[in-house]
Amino acid sequence: MTMTQPAVKITPELIADHGITPEEYEKIIKILGREPNLTELGIFSVMWSEHCSYKNSKPILKLFPTQGTRLLVRAGEENAGIVDIDDGLAVCFKIESHNHPSAIEPFQGAATGVGGILRDIFTMGARPVLLMNSLRFGNLDLPQTKRLFRGVVEGIAHYGNCIGVPTVGGEVYFDESYEGNPLVNAMCLGIVSKDGIVKGKAAGVGNPVYYVGSATGRDGLGGAAFASRELTEESHEDRPAVQVGDPFMEKLLLEACLELIKTDALVGMQDMGAAGLTCSTCETAARGSTGIEIDIAKVPRRETGMTPYEVMLSESQERMLIIAKKGKEEVVERIFEKWDLHAVKIGEVKEGHLMRVLEEGKLVAEIPAKALADDGPVYIREEKKPDYLKEAQVLNLDKILEPKDFNDTLKKLLHHPSLASKAWVWQQYDHMVRTDTVFYPGHDAALIRIKGTKKGIAVSTDCNSLYCYLDPFEGGKIAVAEAARNVVCTGAVPLGVTNCLNFGNPMKPEVFWQFHQAVLGMVEACKALKTPVTGGNVSFYNESPAAAIYPTPTIGVVGLLENIDNRVSSFFQSAGDLIFLIGSTLNEIGASHYLMVEHGLKKGLPPRLDLEKEAALQEFLLEASRHRFLASCHDLAEGGLAVALAESCFGQMENKALGAVIDQLDLLHKPSKVLREDALYFGETQSRAVISANPKHKEVVIRTAQNHGVPIYQIGKVGGPELIIGDRIKVEVRELKKIYESSIPGRMAL
Amino acid sequence: MKAAVVVFPGSNCDTDCFHALRDVMKTPVEFVWHKERAFPKVDLVVLPGGFSYGDYLRTGAIARFSPVMESVKQHAAHGRYLLGICNGFQILLEAGLLPGAMLRNKSLSFVCKHVWLKVENTQTGFTKNMKKGEVLCVPIAHGEGNYYCDNETLRELQGTNRIVFRYTSEKGESGEAFNPNGSVDDIAGLMNEKGNVLGMMPHPERASERILAGEAVVADGSEDGRKIWESLLESL
Repeated sequence: MTMTQPAVKITPELIADHGITPEEYEKIIKILGREPNLTELGIFSVMWSEHCSYKNSKPILKLFPTQGTRLLVRAGEENAGIVDIDDGLAVCFKIESHNHPSAIEPFQGAATGVGGILRDIFTMGARPVLLMNSLRFGNLDLPQTKRLFRGVVEGIAHYGNCIGVPTVGGEVYFDESYEGNPLVNAMCLGIVSKDGIVKGKAAGVGNPVYYVGSATGRDGLGGAAFASRELTEESHEDRPAVQVGDPFMEKLLLEACLELIKTDALVGMQDMGAAGLTCSTCETAARGSTGIEIDIAKVPRRETGMTPYEVMLSESQERMLIIAKKGKEEVVERIFEKWDLHAVKIGEVKEGHLMRVLEEGKLVAEIPAKALADDGPVYIREEKKPDYLKEAQVLNLDKILEPKDFNDTLKKLLHHPSLASKAWVWQQYDHMVRTDTVFYPGHDAALIRIKGTKKGIAVSTDCNSLYCYLDPFEGGKIAVAEAARNVVCTGAVPLGVTNCLNFGNPMKPEVFWQFHQAVLGMVEACKALKTPVTGGNVSFYNESPAAAIYPTPTIGVVGLLENIDNRVSSFFQSAGDLIFLIGSTLNEIGASHYLMVEHGLKKGLPPRLDLEKEAALQEFLLEASRHRFLASCHDLAEGGLAVALAESCFGQMENKALGAVIDQLDLLHKPSKVLREDALYFGETQSRAVISANPKHKEVVIRTAQNHGVPIYQIGKVGGPELIIGDRIKVEVRELKKIYESSIPGRMAL
Repeated sequence: MKAAVVVFPGSNCDTDCFHALRDVMKTPVEFVWHKERAFPKVDLVVLPGGFSYGDYLRTGAIARFSPVMESVKQHAAHGRYLLGICNGFQILLEAGLLPGAMLRNKSLSFVCKHVWLKVENTQTGFTKNMKKGEVLCVPIAHGEGNYYCDNETLRELQGTNRIVFRYTSEKGESGEAFNPNGSVDDIAGLMNEKGNVLGMMPHPERASERILAGEAVVADGSEDGRKIWESLLESL
């Protein structure tokens, strides 16, 4: 072929600058049958970056179970997985990271993370109905953490509030391991009618290819490659690699795209996210097994003098690629004109298999689309069990003295910013717009209704990264089980899992071992709980100058509540209701928040999760909620029984505290009397929940639990102004709530 | 009663208002696109919340120039009901249909939560079903709800009983702690002289159904937003 571009010599330095190894470069030459030009080198570098190609994670990700009778679109096939929820409806959901941009520019980094995940959902034809997010920061007492935390929350609020999709829940944790490398994982769920699902596929030779949405600038140039590197002291110089978001533009794009879907003019649609125009063109062509040709001179621009390299690699936000039916051009153009958006025909679907990029008719790049999208390099990285585990996993319980004052320990736990109320965060998010939010943030899982049906959708995101640090296999298992359990607590049946796997540099054998182990743990839990993985994202290279972050495989579980009238709150409802503890309690204080907060130790083995017991617990809770036996249900997690009981008391409005008296704990000490008091109050044994029920349901609740083989203990009663637990805890609920609610605002006011 | 909900680019409570009117209150309602000049003859026009035109420049500042606003003004001039909620309230201020201006919240943060509203004037079509001094529980969700006007205007609003809702405690006490945005005189909603145009920051459409009651905040739940729709239905 003849290339008319000014020839830039491709030197080994230039190749290395693009993050391409000499072996990968050989592969490129083999694919092209010649040396690439600069534009092509850039295209390969972004498509073969970890962010787009998953070259370091693919063989491991293949281990996830992705089959299920309800799955309409499976993991990896499209931008997001789709699950059938009956009656012609389906849910489309995904979680994705925006960690590196948020470390550099927290507001825009987080905002564009939200924008990107929204596009992943509506590009499938689904209307986004909820957002969630999972955030991790360093020590909140440090000024730089406060800056990042404030910026990220404001960025999420800015984007979500403006576009009018409620942010209904999520999680926020603080730990030194995230110092300088915060995690910002955003999740979106959309609803789509089964016959309205849109594929990101180019088909039909001669069909026009449209560029719609915002104009292209130099922002976010090479962002995918940027996300696939470690952060260094110099990373702040990468600021141009962080994009700027415009939620108003995205709102228009969303409405226009959903309007277009209702017509018969659409063949395929793909958002321009990471690797922008490059990724969307080659992926649509690869999925459709066709060729595609575009002329970038036609691409709307907001800067002058952009080279083909820059246009192809730009990550400007709020753009989509649309494959329309030939002869229906007018339909497309009319809709986008109505919404005052660009809609420019930049090319068409071609025979063959090539992605051809022209500039004013002159060829500037020509690459087989499948080679870019599907045939990237795949590596099986070396792995090694890290040395730190030997010491860190050892915990001599005899040396851990029980605290003198359990009241004080409970207060410390509730005041720890990871456990404390996140109202400071979620009151900045519009969590009610669309008038579907039934359970506000603060519940075990968020719950929305679907108007015009009886259905509810519950969503929870979870990961205890300290568990994963101390035992990635068990930690991965627990992350899945806990997210599913949270969904089950509301009465919803878990349908599927999306995950965002945040790890350090995969070239480090210890990091790769953590990654592999965590995935194996998740795989086991997904299989046992019958929740297939529907998609997600891998984020490697999460390392600050100090060290790798704790392994953080964030799990999002989506559940279906057939009849939303059967929903179960996380909070105690009425004085006089009986309180039951479900599940056995063991001496498990390793890796617990109690150990960290009270003893300053991040040590020991995390609790062991028995998946059969977990499944039985979940089955029991689902049956009990289906028959409306439960007044409330809250799972036990960080801080154990005492924190779970305190949280169950916090639901009622400010001046109407609803306490609890737990006076039958001695049951748990039987038969062996070996249970430590601190493990009973604050230990984190898995597969447990606190439920409350009207006394008239007492017998049937106990019988149902026994039928499922689940241990059940009646431990006390709802009521009174205090939380009283055994003879160790007695505090006014109002006082506890104040401690719980003042932690984050107090720190942020300093 | 027949109603219309205006849709500006960036409106995002349009479908919520539509749902509250059609599905909850069983009232005929239609959307009107902002580029429309032909306006349907209706009894109530709602300017919904959201970020019209991205709220660039200032909240509501661009929407006032929208083609549809001429018809909205005529609708109001005929004495028919016009309700601006949140961004809709901001647009009414920018369009000069109500006096004053909106500043950023005193906290400088967006705030979304339930607040308490005291009903100050029940002699209006929007509040005739309420009791004077009654305290409603309705959510807010805004970054710029800090209502401001000069002293002269404030005296006039007070003197002519045009302050319809004030932020208070659950018991109706006023105080800084109960004012979520720093608005002058705790103003949450106000009306024009004729009493047919009401602007309010809280969202009645978010408190029109039991299932949305937000039990984490309000023990018995709140459907207090319905009272506005019910008053309007009774007035017409």
